[in-house]
Amino acid sequence: MIPRILKSREAILLGALLALLVLVESRFSGFAAPRNLAAVFNDTSILIILALGQTLVILTRCIDLSVASNLALTGMVTAMLNAAFPGIPVVVLIALAVALGTLLGAFNGILVWKLDIPPIVVTLGTLTIYRGLVFLLSDGSWVNSHEMSAAYKAFPRAVFLGLPVLSWIAVLVIAGFAVAVTRTPLGRAFYAVGGNPHAAVYTGIDVGRTRFAAFTISGALAGLCGYLWVSRYAVAYVDVAGGFELDVVAACVIGGISIAGGMGTVGGAVLGALFLGVIKNALPVAGISPFWQLAISGAAIIIAVAFNARGSRQPGRIILKSAERTA
Amino acid sequence: MNFSSEIAEPVEVAAHPVLRLSGITKTFPGVRALSGVELALYPGQVTALVGENGAGKSTLVKILTGIYQPDEGRIEVDGTEIRFPTATAASNAGVTAIHQETVLFDDLSVAENIYLGHAPRGRFGLIDWAGMNAGAQDILTRIGARLDPRTPLRDLGIASKHLVAIARALSIEARVVVMDEPTAALSQAEIEELYELVDRLKSDGKAILFISHKFDEIFRIADRYTVFRDGEMVDDGLIADVSENQLVEKMVGRAVDTIFPERHRAVGDEILTVAGYAHPTEFADINFKLRRGEILGFYGLVGAGRSEFMQALFGVTRPSKGAVRIDGKIAVIRSPAQAVARGIVYVPEDRGKQGAITAMPIFQNVTLPSLGRTSRSGFLNLAEEFALARTYSERLDLRAAALDQPVGELSGGNQQKVVIAKWLATRPKVIILDEPTKGIDVGSKAAVHAFMAELAAEGLSVIMVSSEIPEILGMSDRVIVMREGRIAAEFDREGLTPEKLVRAAAGYKESAA
Repeated sequence: MIPRILKSREAILLGALLALLVLVESRFSGFAAPRNLAAVFNDTSILIILALGQTLVILTRCIDLSVASNLALTGMVTAMLNAAFPGIPVVVLIALAVALGTLLGAFNGILVWKLDIPPIVVTLGTLTIYRGLVFLLSDGSWVNSHEMSAAYKAFPRAVFLGLPVLSWIAVLVIAGFAVAVTRTPLGRAFYAVGGNPHAAVYTGIDVGRTRFAAFTISGALAGLCGYLWVSRYAVAYVDVAGGFELDVVAACVIGGISIAGGMGTVGGAVLGALFLGVIKNALPVAGISPFWQLAISGAAIIIAVAFNARGSRQPGRIILKSAERTA
Repeated sequence: MNFSSEIAEPVEVAAHPVLRLSGITKTFPGVRALSGVELALYPGQVTALVGENGAGKSTLVKILTGIYQPDEGRIEVDGTEIRFPTATAASNAGVTAIHQETVLFDDLSVAENIYLGHAPRGRFGLIDWAGMNAGAQDILTRIGARLDPRTPLRDLGIASKHLVAIARALSIEARVVVMDEPTAALSQAEIEELYELVDRLKSDGKAILFISHKFDEIFRIADRYTVFRDGEMVDDGLIADVSENQLVEKMVGRAVDTIFPERHRAVGDEILTVAGYAHPTEFADINFKLRRGEILGFYGLVGAGRSEFMQALFGVTRPSKGAVRIDGKIAVIRSPAQAVARGIVYVPEDRGKQGAITAMPIFQNVTLPSLGRTSRSGFLNLAEEFALARTYSERLDLRAAALDQPVGELSGGNQQKVVIAKWLATRPKVIILDEPTKGIDVGSKAAVHAFMAELAAEGLSVIMVSSEIPEILGMSDRVIVMREGRIAAEFDREGLTPEKLVRAAAGYKESAA
């Protein structure tokens, strides 16, 4: 069993992540210090949470491009509510953000399930719609730090047992996902639906309903992140997290979640997100231009996909006699 | 080409075949699809190719059209040996095929479909649209098809699409036209028109290979026949020298060479009753009863609606009418989950596509429909899952390195066992096996048959959809024959002969009347 574990994608990715850390540390001493790593983790928390939601969607052979717009819309709603009614407790705002995100995700899910529209089209549409709603709602104006209540901004920064609450939320989501994905019938269904939708139907799994669940969960997490993002950066505007959905998908892909569905793990998604997080945090301190950062992130995605494609290639049927010898 | 009627009277027997195959052999892993097949096609003659499902007819068509390469044997055109490494090579040599489901492009116009790949070129090498439409019109008129070359193919019915395919064959100056069950999807009037067209092609000197299961049309249009059985050519000759009865015997006439398990027929109470099941387009008036411990065979030609009915019974598709009773109680089945909950399970024909989830480990595949039983308060219990998977994979003698091995790494026969294990683990009352031994080797077949007999002896009721006559005769207690979406006949195992089955499936009785 040991060789199989060592050969797993997660082990290789972990190795790559450590190698990256060693490399950065050699150029910029102190990067790999525990305190700094905790800061990097905290900075990557939102990406991790969104990547986990996206993982479920991709496992079912779909994609959710609307997560960043969902985040921006729920973030704007909580910021405006907070600015208008500072008395609303933060907990209520968080619950509202999750509820609104769930609704937005469920809307994606319904379109994919009941109208049978390809997920990439549905979420490309809602990506624009949700972003447009932010504009309609805010009329293009910003909610700035001084308009937000202190409690609103303080919650994700509050330190508990040495880590900010934002990091703890990410840890809780990771733990919840690890259990839910491997130990519940729904978690198993995500893999079945993406691995072979036809076979899933014949096994009595409702493919549409399962995909709906994945989109709804992804939306709920995007809603949660809407509050976290806006309160962390203490500003809400139309372009919050613009293009962030691509980082989320990239984290999943680097983490070995197969775009073809049915393959991938929670650990992989987390490592994929951390890999991107380390690159984003390390390159600036190492004095590398932001354009190189983009190129390096892009290269990481392509290498990861090429690697995964090689690893998961199934041996085809050998029909030709001539191929039998070479195979 | 000059189509004046210089061949007014087709020569009685043209001396030399246009196309001759000799010693053609084609093997797939575990299956010998064709072995040493001979075939000769003569200009101006229609040769009917007959044989049961799985006799190797489709493989032959694919070899003729350059899709498969034969392992051994010669293909000769006009006496010179030739190879068809690609579909284009075959079409350049003048061999073209019209398939049951036409392979044309719905979004292109009739003319574009006719001339795709060899469109007339005008100045600068650009497509000469006017010339193409005129040429298409010309060919369409010649075959008596009243179609506008500019119509998108999407707007045409199947019969018209066949005409376009035939026009395409003429546009590449085909000399050999292969027609693979061209009438399967046509109405009676359309079939008559097709016959006239075949006559016209004959008088143009084309050599035609006509594949059909319907004896009436074979005797209506064919000049010669060739019979395939189990991948071998068993007989050929002139249609005038043979009767329908003789042809049926040649098709099925063989000793049952597989040994089937001995079975004691001890059927119990009625367990499943299906009354008046119907679907708007696929099947109608399906009525039957199934008893405990019984094996009920469903025989028919491919496309007779057997799998479609089974899918409706299993809740994949919805019937428009009809009722199911399980143990005497009305059971409403609207989804596979409901079917499984009521004790009906279905092992589909296309195992790769519909059966196993190949990226998933064996144990997860086995427990997938039984997760309700292996979980405690909503959480999966891996130990229990492994135990369940182990029980059934041992019972089926599954060969695998470990139960957490992905199913995709297993052989076809073992993947089949995983699918069956999955269903047995749900403790069903009725198991539907759709072509359970299709594409597996003889040894695995015997194991599947033995296992089926064992299940029946334990009181499980089996519905076996099969297109293999020996399997139907060797395993079933009763046989239902379906034809064109309806039950054509029901037979008891006693006194059932292959001839009776073939006649019922092909509708031979009615055509003789």
